[in-house]
Amino acid sequence: MKKYILKRIGMSVATLLVIVLVLFILMQLLPGSPFNDERLSIEQQQVLMSKYGLDDSVPVQFFRYVKNMLTGDFGKSYTISKNTDVSLLLQNRLPTSLLLGGLSILLGSVAGLLLGVAAALKHNSLLDSMATFFSVIGVSIPSYVFALGLSYLFGFQLSWLPMLYNADDGLRAFALPAVALSMTVMATVARFTRTEMIEVLNSDYMQLVESKGVSGIQLIFKHALRNASISIITILGPLVVSLMTGSLVVEKIFSIPGIGQLMVQAIQSNDYNVILALAFVYSALYIFVMLAVDILYGVLDPRIRLAKEGANG
Amino acid sequence: MDKPLNQIIQNKVADFTFVGQKNIKVVDEVYEEDSYWKQLFKRIAKNKGSVFGFIMITLIAFMALLGPVISGYDFDEQIAGHESMAPRIPVLENLGVFDGSETLKTSTGELVVNKYETIEGGEEVYHWFGTDVLGRDLFTRTWIGTRISLYIALVAVIVDVFIGMSYGMISGYYGGKVDNIMQRSVEVLNGIPNLVVVTLLIIVLKPGLMSITLAIAITGWIGMSRVSRASMLKLKESEYVLAARTMGAKDISIMYKDILPNIFSQLLIMSMFSIPSAIFTEAFLAFVGIGIPVPMASLGSLISENFKSLTTHFYMIVPPVLVLALLMLSFNLLADGLRDALDPTMKEV
Amino acid sequence: MKEKVLEVRDLAITFNTSAGKVKAVRGVDLDLYKGETVAIVGESGSGKSVTTKAIMGILSNNGTIDSGEIHYTFEKEGEEVTENLLNFSKKQMRKTINGKHIAMIFQDPMTSLDPTMSIGNQIIEGMRTHYKTKKKIAQAKAIKLLELVGITDPKSRMKNYPHQLSGGMRQRIVIAIALACDPDVLICDEPTTALDVTIQAKILELIQDIQKKIGISVIYITHDLGVVAKVAEYVNVMYAGKIVEKGTVDDIFYEPKHPYTWGLLLAMPDLETNTEKLVSIPGNPPNMSHDIVGDPFYPRNKYALHIDKEIEPPLIAVSETHSAATWLLSEHGPEYSLPTELQARITRMKEEAKHYAAG
Repeated sequence: MKKYILKRIGMSVATLLVIVLVLFILMQLLPGSPFNDERLSIEQQQVLMSKYGLDDSVPVQFFRYVKNMLTGDFGKSYTISKNTDVSLLLQNRLPTSLLLGGLSILLGSVAGLLLGVAAALKHNSLLDSMATFFSVIGVSIPSYVFALGLSYLFGFQLSWLPMLYNADDGLRAFALPAVALSMTVMATVARFTRTEMIEVLNSDYMQLVESKGVSGIQLIFKHALRNASISIITILGPLVVSLMTGSLVVEKIFSIPGIGQLMVQAIQSNDYNVILALAFVYSALYIFVMLAVDILYGVLDPRIRLAKEGANG
Repeated sequence: MDKPLNQIIQNKVADFTFVGQKNIKVVDEVYEEDSYWKQLFKRIAKNKGSVFGFIMITLIAFMALLGPVISGYDFDEQIAGHESMAPRIPVLENLGVFDGSETLKTSTGELVVNKYETIEGGEEVYHWFGTDVLGRDLFTRTWIGTRISLYIALVAVIVDVFIGMSYGMISGYYGGKVDNIMQRSVEVLNGIPNLVVVTLLIIVLKPGLMSITLAIAITGWIGMSRVSRASMLKLKESEYVLAARTMGAKDISIMYKDILPNIFSQLLIMSMFSIPSAIFTEAFLAFVGIGIPVPMASLGSLISENFKSLTTHFYMIVPPVLVLALLMLSFNLLADGLRDALDPTMKEV
Repeated sequence: MKEKVLEVRDLAITFNTSAGKVKAVRGVDLDLYKGETVAIVGESGSGKSVTTKAIMGILSNNGTIDSGEIHYTFEKEGEEVTENLLNFSKKQMRKTINGKHIAMIFQDPMTSLDPTMSIGNQIIEGMRTHYKTKKKIAQAKAIKLLELVGITDPKSRMKNYPHQLSGGMRQRIVIAIALACDPDVLICDEPTTALDVTIQAKILELIQDIQKKIGISVIYITHDLGVVAKVAEYVNVMYAGKIVEKGTVDDIFYEPKHPYTWGLLLAMPDLETNTEKLVSIPGNPPNMSHDIVGDPFYPRNKYALHIDKEIEPPLIAVSETHSAATWLLSEHGPEYSLPTELQARITRMKEEAKHYAAG
């Protein structure tokens, strides 16, 4: 287990370094560096270059860059908010996005699990067909289509919930966007849970458990769901990615001041420092989630948890 | 033993004689054996979802080809005076729907207007899906945009087959160090969210169809490579592959002649599943503003453009959203049906 | 007088599959007496597993019981009662019968243990569910059970997970789980098929030992007549969802009456027989999704009669314990003699038995 976790952590760090390297290379390639200004004389440029350490060797620059990234020094924003530290921009927006993402995951996973388990228990029933139908729709239709529909219906036509984000509304402001984002999560979790549960319920060991006389909640939770959950948590990674992508659009639709909206603004106004910083933040978030999933997977599955130290795996 | 049976037997006494071995035909119960493709087709056809998906995809593809031709407008033709017109469809207009009128919410209340009645010669004008704020025919633009999505679908399949499949098969076939290096690289690439890869790529390159194609090429093949690697690992140890190897078959020939046909169905399913996510990637890029440049249209860029008029002219956003949703749904249903028919135990990656 | 524990009458089970309705079991009678072992023998698909799954109440959801009764006699609150298990709901079955009174061992020990739960917890789960036994007491009993099934160092094994054990060990664990609540009836569904030959014999001996020690009644499902000879007192030969011959072990091995049993006996290898003379039964079992007209064994039967084409033979009694479903036994049946190969074999078996009895 120790080896397993160390290996995963190593892999995560390596991935993060690769990402930083890519960002570093991109930064060199991107047009619009302030030092390319033609009004500056060569001497002035030299002064600036040495001031910012740009005349150091590339490896030195790279390590400084790594250090900056890890300490949250992402440079300054060019266009969105001139000369503001990017980290300052993020500070206000990251919690909002995390709250929205967390809410959507929570809402979607709980609803998806319930739906998936119910469908598996009543395999081949009307409920099962309906659950399958809804989950195909949920998986197929992008979250922003849901966002547009919800926003138009409940926000505009019925005016039940705010159509645009307003911090004063508290959690109410998150209702529509969180529901829109959670649709994909719910559908994916329900689909996956259903398949896994059906497989587990038909397995030999469930027959043995049943022939022991175990039934009902104990059967479902202690045995079936526990075994199914090992595979179910592996979809968390892909879900987080789709949630990130979805949040960009959903935050734009509901004009939520999160990092998704910031990313869209940055892309549209070519604010490279912000884009690179966000790319780093998104990657780090994702890598962290994947690492957590891997570790959780190891904890849940005794085959990994108790793997002999030194054995491959 | 009940009586009727006894009586019946009494009447059949003559039948209590041996048939003789020669007179019994050992008929092995063989189930009606259709050809592989016929069986496949039958099984797929049984699945209502996949049939629906297939028909919808065909229909949408047909409209994408024909729609822009029959509409009578160009996709980038901005007709002065025709801005923001509601849908008007012949025949249906007589039923009171799609007659070109729309309800506007104003500060003084609701107002029904019909622009076709106010513009010059409006009687003869039909915009089936309406027009956008610049006076471009949305019917034409929607189907032109659909072409992009279908092109993306094609790209996704090609990427899956040429990059994903080959990568996975090579990695699985050679195993050992090669596999190790190739898998670690995939893990690293997979550790970067698609969103980041795609946006970074597009801000470096110029937004456009080529960049989108490239973005999908870089990110779209990983799932497929995993499936083909797993299948390869399973099959390369099988007896028939060993047999081929002992006969001196070359690696390439084993991979493509002996193994590929046996994992074909899984690869087909996988590539079907990757289409919706590729289409979504394009739509997402367009919505974020780094998709197809104007005045070209894709479903995503149409949604993005018309989103601005969501509260004033709702009808504008409906056609691209509907076609996009239907297209994604259809591909998913078709992929589901294919999986159920070909390999029900396969899981999505 | 022997006490009857389980009595199955006219059990018929149909499965709804995508290929249509499959009549897996078509009227099976079965008796189990206290402390005895009954074997059910047959090819795969003959309905032997389905029959026992019906007794356990663990038929898959697409299976329906068309007719029949399963009378089970057991002690309930100190009184002896006989109830029809088919009247029990799934929940009732789990609460009152499964594990507590009837337990089951499955074919493949590699897949029949829950991979996410420790061995110890899997053994005590039954006790905890049925009797709310205190954890400490249950664990102590589990350790004893592990000793009983021949697991060394049982205390530390309690903490192990299935993947850490070999196939033979796992099957021992499964047996321990089955015995945890002191059941009266143990159903063994091909418990040795998935194991190595050397371990097979050990597991068989273990089950026999336990049976001697605790006097449990056993239903043994197998396709291997060799196993039957070793463990069973009574044998039921099943073919196409029906019992075609039943009797004591001696009846079946020394005086088989049904051509299908002959085939099974001939297909069983023994030391004296040349492999060339090992005869397999031609053809395959019938497709049970079609209606069966006449004797289902007819197309594979060298001894088929014309009447077999039209009327399925009922079980015809040969002696008090022995009966077979073949028209050969009917009063109208023709003269016939056993295959010479089989004759020779039976003589050999009898001699061997004498030899062992003497030695």
